[in-house]
Amino acid sequence: MRRKRVSRNGFAHLILIVGVIVLVFPVYMAVVGSTHDAATIGRGRLPLTPGSHMAENYVQAWAYGTGERVSGTPVRTMMANSLVMAISIALGKIAVSILAAYAVVFFRFPLRMFFFWLIFITLMLPLEVRIIPSYKVVSDLGLLNSLAGLTLPLMVSATGTLLFRQVFLTVPKELLDAAKIDGAGPMRCLWSIILPLGRPSIAALFVILFVYGWNQYLWPLLITTERSMDTIVIGIVKMLGTSESLMDWNLVMATTVMAMAVPIAVVILFQKWLVKGLVETEK
Amino acid sequence: MESKFPGYRLLPYLLIFPSVAVIAVFLVVPFAQAVQQSFYRTSPFGTTTRFVGWDNYVQIFSTPEYLRSLVTTVGFAGLVIVGGLVASLGIAILVTRRIRGLGFYQVAFIWTYALSPAVAGIIWALLFDPAVGLGTYVIQLISGYRINMMVQGTVALLIAATAAAWNMLGYNICFFIAGLQNVPKEFEEAARVDGAGVWRTFWRVTFPMISPTTAFLLFVNMVYAFFQVFGLIDVMTQGGPGGATEILVYKLYRDAFIRLRGNFASAQSVVLFLMVAAAALFQLRVATRKAVYSR
Repeated sequence: MRRKRVSRNGFAHLILIVGVIVLVFPVYMAVVGSTHDAATIGRGRLPLTPGSHMAENYVQAWAYGTGERVSGTPVRTMMANSLVMAISIALGKIAVSILAAYAVVFFRFPLRMFFFWLIFITLMLPLEVRIIPSYKVVSDLGLLNSLAGLTLPLMVSATGTLLFRQVFLTVPKELLDAAKIDGAGPMRCLWSIILPLGRPSIAALFVILFVYGWNQYLWPLLITTERSMDTIVIGIVKMLGTSESLMDWNLVMATTVMAMAVPIAVVILFQKWLVKGLVETEK
Repeated sequence: MESKFPGYRLLPYLLIFPSVAVIAVFLVVPFAQAVQQSFYRTSPFGTTTRFVGWDNYVQIFSTPEYLRSLVTTVGFAGLVIVGGLVASLGIAILVTRRIRGLGFYQVAFIWTYALSPAVAGIIWALLFDPAVGLGTYVIQLISGYRINMMVQGTVALLIAATAAAWNMLGYNICFFIAGLQNVPKEFEEAARVDGAGVWRTFWRVTFPMISPTTAFLLFVNMVYAFFQVFGLIDVMTQGGPGGATEILVYKLYRDAFIRLRGNFASAQSVVLFLMVAAAALFQLRVATRKAVYSR
């Protein structure tokens, strides 16, 4: 009996490990690609083990972004742009959603449900279905090539508002009553009672939105035309575009690895909160 | 529940204002404009604009390229959604309550959530580069054929769909694991006691219990396969070769910003919107049924 269970679990582990390998392998090959020189890769078969050109590839990508056959923006510039964009979107969305959820949960006012549904329907309006007029609005406001143009249109989050609504609904009302007796106003209650209670959700949402912001593609592609504004995801693609058929895969991969490293690190560090937060947003 | 702060009349409006302002300026107004634009046609030099009624829509459904793009999208999304969800459910089922290292597997799967479709596209473009890709080489070893995703349409579509499904795999697995852990084990045990086999227990008890998770993942994966893969397609194939991977969102983008046919593209946006809305409503219906299943 016992032996049977062990062997069944052994089989499960085997399949799971295969699954993990399937996920890891392509990324591993990208890392390997970033440690060889362009000639080795160009010869037609990428070795399965890391090479010896790691340091120079990364230094070149980080400081210049340009090789013999590709031209790009230095990774350090793009990395800074991506960081600023991702953090702005994450913080902005969190702030906006907290305020909206606070209003919807703790106040009763005319049009309350109308506003709630208005936020809810944003789920059905992905950027792509309104891309042309959105671009036009941003361009009319003179926000092309600006941080505001890059981040503001992405700042409403139905998921964020819904998540905080769920969290706020579970706040024991005795806590608020006690604070009110002590003379705390609504903003004081939000700051001193509601926010501390919502901290795990804020952390989870921050990770989700940071990744979301970091990985934006279509929007920055349209809104930024200056190379100094390139985010790293856009930058890699522009590198690909500059070469005819052969390219410096080593530099492209070094850039790719750096582009992945930041969000992957964030996800792994905050993994516990993230999984909980993701599952919470489903409800 | 009553208002917690009855004395404040203006404050709730101030609190909700930022959300509503951004929604109005960047969502509602642009979408209304897209709808409006879809009924007009602007001359090539932008000198005149006239009302054409349903003409743009009629044109959409009578252009072979659009219909082809629709078929491509359905095929691509079908592969990504069905293939991806079946594979991830199959893996997640193995993570039973008793298995060791649950935490490890969760991390080992969830990190791919951080990979953007564009980055996934770049990695897979290297793997299947016609000249230097390892995948290209391995397939040649096995089958004797040298595939070239820059030339062969079906190959490009299959590789792009595989890359896209791969990109979502970790996320899907984590959700299925979470969903399965929430199924009360008494239900499954009761089914076993009544003599149901493993297979029957899964389809009759477990699968219905996780239907909200499945519906949610169907929706997320559909939005992914319809829209978010834009970056992946742009990186890997740019809709080619010969339009073989030109899914609707990519066609919309090219019609709008490269071929500069704004009105035609606006009508396409409205059609796409109707598809998302239908999917969202479906998901909502299944999700609200949850009340019946939960204890």
